[in-house]
Amino acid sequence: MFHWLEQRPFFFAVVVFVTVAFAGIVEAIPDFAKQSKPTVGTKPYSILELTGRHVYIKDSCNACHSQLIRPFKSETDRYGMYSLSGEYAYDRPFLWGSKRTGPDLKRVGNYRTTDWHENHMWDPVSVVPGSIMPAYRHHFTNIADVETAYAEAVTVKAVFNTPYDVDINGDGNIDVPLGTWEEARARALEEAKAIASGMKNQAVKDAVERGEIPEIVALIAYMNSLK
Amino acid sequence: MQNGAKIEYDYSVAKAFTFATILFGIIGMTVGTILAFQMAFPDLNYLAGEYGTFSRLRPLHTNGVAFGFTLSGIFATWYYVGQRVLKVSLKESPFLLNVGKLHFLLYFITILLAVVTLLAGFTTSKEYAELEWPIDILVVVWWVLWGISVFGLIGIRRERALYISVWYYIACFIAVAMLYLFNNMEVPTYFVSGGYGSILHSVSMYSGTNDALVQWWYGHNAVAFVFTVPIIAMIYYFLPKESGQNIYSYKLSILAFWGLLFVYLWAGGHHLIYSTVPDWMQTMGSVMSIVLILPSWGSAINMLLTMKGEWNQLQTNPLIKFMVLASTFYMLSTIEGPIQSIKSVNAIAHFTDWIPGHVHDGVLGWVVFMIMAALFHMAPRMFGREIYSKSMVETQFWLQTTAIVLYFTSMWIAGITQGMMWRAYDEYGSLVYSFIDTVEVLHPYYTIRAVGGLMYLIGFFMFAYNMYKTATAGRVLDKEPTNKSPMATAA
Repeated sequence: MFHWLEQRPFFFAVVVFVTVAFAGIVEAIPDFAKQSKPTVGTKPYSILELTGRHVYIKDSCNACHSQLIRPFKSETDRYGMYSLSGEYAYDRPFLWGSKRTGPDLKRVGNYRTTDWHENHMWDPVSVVPGSIMPAYRHHFTNIADVETAYAEAVTVKAVFNTPYDVDINGDGNIDVPLGTWEEARARALEEAKAIASGMKNQAVKDAVERGEIPEIVALIAYMNSLK
Repeated sequence: MQNGAKIEYDYSVAKAFTFATILFGIIGMTVGTILAFQMAFPDLNYLAGEYGTFSRLRPLHTNGVAFGFTLSGIFATWYYVGQRVLKVSLKESPFLLNVGKLHFLLYFITILLAVVTLLAGFTTSKEYAELEWPIDILVVVWWVLWGISVFGLIGIRRERALYISVWYYIACFIAVAMLYLFNNMEVPTYFVSGGYGSILHSVSMYSGTNDALVQWWYGHNAVAFVFTVPIIAMIYYFLPKESGQNIYSYKLSILAFWGLLFVYLWAGGHHLIYSTVPDWMQTMGSVMSIVLILPSWGSAINMLLTMKGEWNQLQTNPLIKFMVLASTFYMLSTIEGPIQSIKSVNAIAHFTDWIPGHVHDGVLGWVVFMIMAALFHMAPRMFGREIYSKSMVETQFWLQTTAIVLYFTSMWIAGITQGMMWRAYDEYGSLVYSFIDTVEVLHPYYTIRAVGGLMYLIGFFMFAYNMYKTATAGRVLDKEPTNKSPMATAA
């Protein structure tokens, strides 16, 4: 059989494809729909949080920080409740990471504050002596791209039915509003002002006053949302 | 191979890819060495503003070595080996020759674009699939061109039976095409939102756990079909050719080939053990990783037994040394990987430095050694010149071998140390170490690893220099060597 195949490149290629594709099909089909169901209480990211998530991705925070708490006592003691599949339902892409050069961040919003992050991103060693994380001072001057985050929210709402502008829990209120670009921008700026008021960097405060959102503000909004 | 009328092969595309292999090797490995030093000495993060941080350089390193260096090496050897084992020259088909040249050109542009966009922070964040959608499309275009080259050359072949190396190149082409397409399914947000935001941005088709599943189905098998399958294609051609020995067992090569293809895809789940993907997939990933030892060792043992009775060549021919060591490192990393996939071991090893340690004994010892040996073998045939310096090849071999040992031993210790410290409890049931304790303890190992990386990089520069001198100043050969590649002993 193999002698026969070796002389017929077309059939050879077909058999190779089937052999290779087999595992993927078996693995993907049974649970694909089930895994993407959100857990109760899980909401999509606000535009500012999503903007911060883009900053997180832009500087590959996921290269050194995981967002996946494994079901071991040593992990739940250190980071909190272990991860559930549905908590990640609105994560596109997933950001579990594959290496913990720094600690897990899945629930960092539960135990770190805006102030802590501001100090840490400006000078990590000032709050964690011995840290090998670089300082990210360019986050304090770079202006975040809110518009791309808005574009992404509109896209996932349209293509994947991500529940923006929807009353998710049935309490009569819209949980995560999106609206038009102008509305979304105004709301992001409002959230940014709330965060900047808890910060001490004057340049950042001034930028937000002018209606610009530095990357650090968006990033902190995202960090605080991780619970 | 050359009985009957002598075929004159065209090496223009192979030479271009050889050049790219060396260039991207230098870039990718230099960046890797910088990263290693940054982990030991964090102040090195500030040499080039935001563009010099670990953040921006890390994807540049992984993409540079995987898709810059390794893919170039794969294409260089394909455009060399393909003609020879199919007994047909690219000169006979101007169409296929032009496809090859276009393939190189688009590929080269893609890698340059990758460098620029990754430094600027345009990334999807998915490991080894960081490139944004316009570049993904470009990748698909030249991958198809390569497919045309592979199947086109097969279509006009004179040798009816496909040699083992060709099986592996075909498998590489098909599997990577499938994996790459499915993992990079993404929606460009600019168009759907009606013109808002960056045109480069896209959002993944899959979310959360599904995204992780697809990503590691891809990520693990990118390793399989870029770092393993085409490298086996190389060793099946270059080891017998360089040593003048026949492949030990044809049956074993069949078993290893089909076994590898069937089992490898399942093993992706071992990246997700104790995550939120369904338990049965984690278990399948774990079990199939163990099964994977069989086909992996099948190939490696087949290679080692090919040298049966001819082990003296290890002393006389440094290229044999490179290839035998490559097979040996392949065996090491294909037993190490399955060990890490056992659930209880994975609980300690996952997220630690043992993982990059494992990756690097595989790539530095197996992939890079095999590609360098292949290019050294090709050089006298492509350029019609003797390899410039044998002693430099020897020195490079020992320098780099020492470097690999420093690299993986330090990372083994670092990984297991950290994994154990994360889970250490005192007698009152509290965690013994804060996270930063488990970082500070790694400093000496990070330093050793960085030194190992630097030594390896120096060895790679020696390789680049030797190749350059071979092409420009090596003694001109009057006829093509049959087996052992000629090397100048006094240099």
